[in-house]
Amino acid sequence: MNKLGILFSRMRKEEKLLLEKAERKKIKLIHIDTRKIIMGEKFETEFDVIIDREISHNLSLYAIRYFESLGLSSVNSFKIASRCGDKVYTSLILDKANIPNLKTKIAFSAERAIETIESMGYPCVIKPPVGSWGRMIAKINDQEAAEAIIEQKTFMPGNTIYYIQEYIKKPGRDIRVFCIKGESICAIYRNADHWITNTARGGKATNCEINNEIRSLCEATSKAIGDGLLAIDLIETDNGLKVNEVNHKMEFRNSIDVTGIDIPMLMLDYAIKQMREHN
Amino acid sequence: MTECPVCATSISINSGVVKNEIIDCETCGAELEVIELEPLNLEEAPEEQEDWGE
Repeated sequence: MNKLGILFSRMRKEEKLLLEKAERKKIKLIHIDTRKIIMGEKFETEFDVIIDREISHNLSLYAIRYFESLGLSSVNSFKIASRCGDKVYTSLILDKANIPNLKTKIAFSAERAIETIESMGYPCVIKPPVGSWGRMIAKINDQEAAEAIIEQKTFMPGNTIYYIQEYIKKPGRDIRVFCIKGESICAIYRNADHWITNTARGGKATNCEINNEIRSLCEATSKAIGDGLLAIDLIETDNGLKVNEVNHKMEFRNSIDVTGIDIPMLMLDYAIKQMREHN
Repeated sequence: MTECPVCATSISINSGVVKNEIIDCETCGAELEVIELEPLNLEEAPEEQEDWGE
């Protein structure tokens, strides 16, 4: 019997839902604890395909690259994880593919960052290249704020990248679309009075009907990033929808009931298909 | 039944809790990881890191 693996160190609601769903459907899903892996030692593989749900981006990249080097497949792949996990790479790929996305500039020094913010205009947004849940994201409203934030960032260990993005005033919400191999399976509005609409920060999820604009934009985005399991965040602008971020290890606990779509089951189905193709 | 490794309050877990799940100590609020179910063994869960996310 073919088996699936699932990689994680910290079990969130999503990982528990995937394990419970697999058990109910009699799908053998083996947990691999990332913290117990030692690369370079013999690794007894009990699975053909692993679903990567490791919460740490760095650990995840090393682990799935390791599994791929052993001839195993990962959902998502190292290619997709490296492209989505770092916003710099995501922006480069979206731009190259001419996919509507937020105007973004990336500076490598504090001086250039200030110049970039001035040219971008106020307000604008600065984000860490790696990270989620709206963490460490700042809206810069004026020059004084820019100088203060950039100075603080210069003292943050390891920070040499300034990811600066245009600010779009959202209509109190943005859109998250769940995509499997380019197909939009469901979408939610993330509603919030705050400009940060992440559900991890209090944004409330409601169902969003998928229209042709959403469908075609997400299909193109998926094609550019790589077909897999993606959650594509869109912002409604005066000039149509724009891609904000692409997530490759999406959280979905708040999206199952409001959309009526069994997201964990569809994720497992996709992984099983990958396993059959792998064999 | 075991003790919270942070505040030493006695803790029991619900029947649906599984190994590696994160639970909260109702007394001190610490996030605890279920290391083993039988016998129940809890450890303080790692703190959020900069590269954690979706």
